Amino acid sequence: MNNVATLESAHDPAVSESTGILRLQGLITGLQGFIWAAYKMMRFLLLFSRQGKLRLQKWFTPLTDREKKKVIRDMMMLVLARPPRSCNFLQWRDLKIVYKRYASLYFCAGLEDKDNELLALEVLHRYVELLDKYFGNVCELDIIFNFEKAYFILDEFLMGGEILETSKLAVGVSMEEADTLQETMEEYMSKPAY
Amino acid sequence: MSDVVEKTLTALPSLLSLDSHPGSAKLSSTSKLGNLIRGITELTSKHEEEKLIQHELLAIKEQVSSPNTTMMKELMVRSIYCEMLGYEASFSYIHAIKLAQQGTVLEKRVGYLAVSLFLNESHELLLLLVNTVLKDLQSTNLIEVCMALTVVSQMFPKDMIPAILPLVEEKLNHPKEIIRRKAVLALYKFYLIAPNQVQHIHNKFRKALCDKDPGVMTASLHIYLQMIQENPEAYKDLTPSFVTILKQVVGGKLPMDFNYHTVPAPWLQIQLLRILSLLGKNDQSTSEVMYEVLDESLQRAEMNHNITYAILYECVKCIYTIHPKSDLLEKAAKCIGNFVLSPKINLKYLGLKALTYVVQQDPKLALQHQMTIIECLDHPDLIIKRETLELLFRITNGQNVTVIVEKMLEFLCISEDDHTTIDLVGKVAELAEKYPLKYNEWFIETMNTVFSLGGDMMQPDIPNSFLKLLSEGFDSVEEDRKLRLFAVNSYIPLLRGEPGKLPQRFLQVISWVLGEYSHLREDLEPAEVLSLLAKLLDMKNSSSETKSWVLMAMTKLCKGGADASVTQEVSETYSSSLDTVLRQRAHELQYLSQDPELRARVLPRGAKPETLEVDSSLSFLDRFVSEALAAGAAPYKPPHQRQEELDQSKALSLEPYGLSLPISMSSCSITDRQSPTLLSMSSGLSGDTLKLDGIKRVWGREGYLAQREPVEEAAQVEVPSPIQSPGRQGEGDSLHSQTPTQTPTPEPEQEKQQLASSLFVGLASQSSVSLMGKSEPMPQRFRRKAKGQGLGSSFIANEQISSSLISPPSAVDNLLCNNLLDSNNASELAEQTSQLSQSLTTANGTCHAEAELTESDTKGCNPALRRDNCVVAAGPGPHNDPGRLTEVCLDSYLPAELSGLSHSEIAPLCANQSLNLSACHVQKEDSLILVVFIMNSSESAIQQIRLVSITVGQYSLTVKRPAVHVEVVGTVSYQLPAGTSQSLQFSYKVPLTSFIRPFVVSTEEYGTMWLSFSHDTKQNLTLINDNQEPLTATLNALKKKLQLHVVEVIGMEGIVACRLLQDLPCLMHCRVNAGWLAVWLRSPVPDLPDCLIYHCQRALQSL
Repeated sequence: MNNVATLESAHDPAVSESTGILRLQGLITGLQGFIWAAYKMMRFLLLFSRQGKLRLQKWFTPLTDREKKKVIRDMMMLVLARPPRSCNFLQWRDLKIVYKRYASLYFCAGLEDKDNELLALEVLHRYVELLDKYFGNVCELDIIFNFEKAYFILDEFLMGGEILETSKLAVGVSMEEADTLQETMEEYMSKPAY
Repeated sequence: MSDVVEKTLTALPSLLSLDSHPGSAKLSSTSKLGNLIRGITELTSKHEEEKLIQHELLAIKEQVSSPNTTMMKELMVRSIYCEMLGYEASFSYIHAIKLAQQGTVLEKRVGYLAVSLFLNESHELLLLLVNTVLKDLQSTNLIEVCMALTVVSQMFPKDMIPAILPLVEEKLNHPKEIIRRKAVLALYKFYLIAPNQVQHIHNKFRKALCDKDPGVMTASLHIYLQMIQENPEAYKDLTPSFVTILKQVVGGKLPMDFNYHTVPAPWLQIQLLRILSLLGKNDQSTSEVMYEVLDESLQRAEMNHNITYAILYECVKCIYTIHPKSDLLEKAAKCIGNFVLSPKINLKYLGLKALTYVVQQDPKLALQHQMTIIECLDHPDLIIKRETLELLFRITNGQNVTVIVEKMLEFLCISEDDHTTIDLVGKVAELAEKYPLKYNEWFIETMNTVFSLGGDMMQPDIPNSFLKLLSEGFDSVEEDRKLRLFAVNSYIPLLRGEPGKLPQRFLQVISWVLGEYSHLREDLEPAEVLSLLAKLLDMKNSSSETKSWVLMAMTKLCKGGADASVTQEVSETYSSSLDTVLRQRAHELQYLSQDPELRARVLPRGAKPETLEVDSSLSFLDRFVSEALAAGAAPYKPPHQRQEELDQSKALSLEPYGLSLPISMSSCSITDRQSPTLLSMSSGLSGDTLKLDGIKRVWGREGYLAQREPVEEAAQVEVPSPIQSPGRQGEGDSLHSQTPTQTPTPEPEQEKQQLASSLFVGLASQSSVSLMGKSEPMPQRFRRKAKGQGLGSSFIANEQISSSLISPPSAVDNLLCNNLLDSNNASELAEQTSQLSQSLTTANGTCHAEAELTESDTKGCNPALRRDNCVVAAGPGPHNDPGRLTEVCLDSYLPAELSGLSHSEIAPLCANQSLNLSACHVQKEDSLILVVFIMNSSESAIQQIRLVSITVGQYSLTVKRPAVHVEVVGTVSYQLPAGTSQSLQFSYKVPLTSFIRPFVVSTEEYGTMWLSFSHDTKQNLTLINDNQEPLTATLNALKKKLQLHVVEVIGMEGIVACRLLQDLPCLMHCRVNAGWLAVWLRSPVPDLPDCLIYHCQRALQSL
């Protein structure tokens, strides 16, 4: 809409030059910050290594494969180039990118511009905690070799980009249930012991 | 650093040897996935990886299709891995679906996972999953139900939602809370993608909100947040409940396992704060309910952890959104201060973001933190810089604009992101144009930088409005000349340098300006300009669009004589061009350069933009439109509707802003509407051409366009400006004082102080919001002069095509309902109308009759007359003219309570051999009553009733979707004595004005509402010129005719409000502009502004 606005500015009461209507202008411009975007927690979540290898990808909005590849490439380019101790937030197109590095892995989420970045950072942290609880001392290799488990945990935690379960206990329990009830002996053996 | 990271770090060395960790070690030694992963890590080149994966995929493909493989799950995991590496494994998609369908529970799980990773919502294979999901939803195994719900909330074909909806709904009552929770989130997902399908279960959402499990309640808040955002009014009653929940959460009443780092359920808290801010916005009484809990949240949140900061941020936002309370604001401001001053960079960022949000209400807050803001401006992290600029953009005023723009341009030079560039360039251009004090070298230079940096990515209207500004000028001829000369002076060196590096848009601007104004510089020979321009033509990367701009400029400049050779050569080269536009321009150049006399007439130097009379109703197209519609053409869809349809398909827009906006017709085509042939040409170009509306345009496709009203224009130019010279003086002074940063200062600290004073100048003295960035006195001479009318109305013309409201009513009907009934055959008519009403309920459902029929007691009420209560749909239909109504004074039959009110003329509706129908409408303060008179006119009598007996029905009408005229269609069913039932259909037309009532608001409320309304339209109306004030006279006339409420008149502007029954507001902003009344209407209801402006026009015409 921006481009229309400039053209029309000649008629826009907010920028009209006559002095009499100043009072009105203030009212109109003063409230512009109040336009809210739709709250949708997350657009995507990516996990990739310092070497630029994708470890996990979750998309909460439908994209084509080409778009996905573009996003992944851009994210790695942007995030990996960040100097240490800089801000955990980035602007990319019209999205806010929130990323955090845990050991050799980068967790990277794309949010709406209006969303709360700190909160998203904590979502990432909570996910790491959950992984840690499940794998016990989680490391990149756990996620590489058991990435389907990492996906399962994520599905229990986030549903459609929104937090499903904020209780660490509950996610653990539901994972446990799913695992023990159904696992065969062979599966049980291959599960990480902790 | 958190313990998790530490743990991970300590574990790392042992893990690298691959044997200390039991899980990965086991996997890697036994499974094929392990082998694959290990194999890949050992590779050295991308090429080798490719080979290995291709080999792997072949192996998987082979095994996957063998009928009784036991490895399915493992194979799926391997293909997921390959896909993650970026290799396509589409052959496995169908097997993933099969696995989800047939496997054991664990296999199913992998199958579902694979499906959700491989496919997206629109993939056709997903249809095959519907049955599986159905089956699993009905399973007795909880795990299966969970899996099905998970996959449903991730991806489910929209069309198939009805199939599973009852099952998901059922799960809301499931004894297990995890199932209830997932079901709620699945319904939330349905609500997002297909809101109308879950409308009937709103009660159940309430039940979920009251669920005993806090998790289910939390999940239901997602839905509520969404619904409240769309319609806060409907959920005000829930405010106390939300407040109570938040109180309990903040007070730590939830079970411990909802704590996150000792903070009770932070996600829940944030969700509630967001909901509260939506509910309390602009609503004092609701806001008062939540003050206490907000205060408590602020206090309870100890500053110790990221998550508490996140809550605080949300809390502050909420406090600044709802109806203000001073001590809360104070605490919130302190909180923002803590953020901004924090050494942690993430918090600083969030603090800046919060500051940007609140600075419009409280500019002093920015003043408090000015030094921090200055520091952030030089922060090495670009994102902090960017956010700071955003903040500065909001506090710009006439005094600090130079410094802020300078900072923005600095940032633009180092930014590499296209999106940022487009956004910032737009903002700079906006600021540069906004402050008329600055129309000088600074303005030109800023715009030059904008054009070179923004390149061809920027929004096309930036160069457009720049040229408009140049050509229209201001009230002072001398100032105009100077500004234009600045522009010419700055462009000549650019062209002498390396024009090949300049973006195309900039070159177009340059050529236009040189063509128009290079004569202002006296030492410049036209021949030199011509040769500079000719150089542009020879450049390889000049687009053909740029070339035609250049040719146009050359046409204006060529004089014959010495420079004839250049033009001759050029016109010869391009007169055989394949590009038709170029060829046209070349021919123009050729002819005009040979005939100076004609050229002087066609392209008079220094001509002002002319006022063109525009038939904004496009009435001359009515016949064409109705013919096209009759021939089966699709009815016109307004751009926003088309855009909506487009948008539905893509959720994450990857287009840069602004470039995808559909502009159906470039405005210049409409300005020059006297020559209809132009239309086709310019609409073809529209996408990326510079629009030239308002700019003098003397050349059309077929040659010279007649100049109109030059005399009147000249008169306008010479309006004297009394304070010209003192104003000039003042400007010079203020310029000096404003740019202290440019003078070098020895100490960096002092430099910062100075920067601060130049950035925050003008903020200190202003205490209230309303003055933000607007208060600088504006010298009269810079008042922007009247626009060419062509400009203003060209927009409107666009709008009007969309609603087609300005054309005569009959044409409106045709356009609106795509219905070309032949109104001669009355009996056929009724039938068609009824069909129409059905088909139109959704397309153009305009009216809604409320209130059960109130049969008033009239003499001889006819028992056999059974009224069908089907007065619902409305669609414009043709008028009937029965004209057989016996002369009865129907007035006397008006119900007693209405007889005192004024009513419209009682119009006959229709009649057959036994019944006569007529109707009128009565305007009450809060409703419109339709009164239908039913009269038995048959000789044979319907049961006891002889001759004239009359039944009167009353209906209260409200409008759901506005149209110029609202047509009520109804049916009367009755039984003849013989027992045969018959029905009679009628239609009654009410102008929209009958539904309009004055809307009493204060100026403050008006300002608030103005912004929140999304549908608008603009139009220039004729002013009533009698003796008194034209604005007041016109507004009074409108007020009388249309029942509007004049809120306030300030100088040459006035604001007016009205509402459509029951309470759909419409706001109107009027401004006297060059003998016209420029009207801007806004409303939350689509089409209402368009309809209303039509009636305004009619009302003024009829005077």
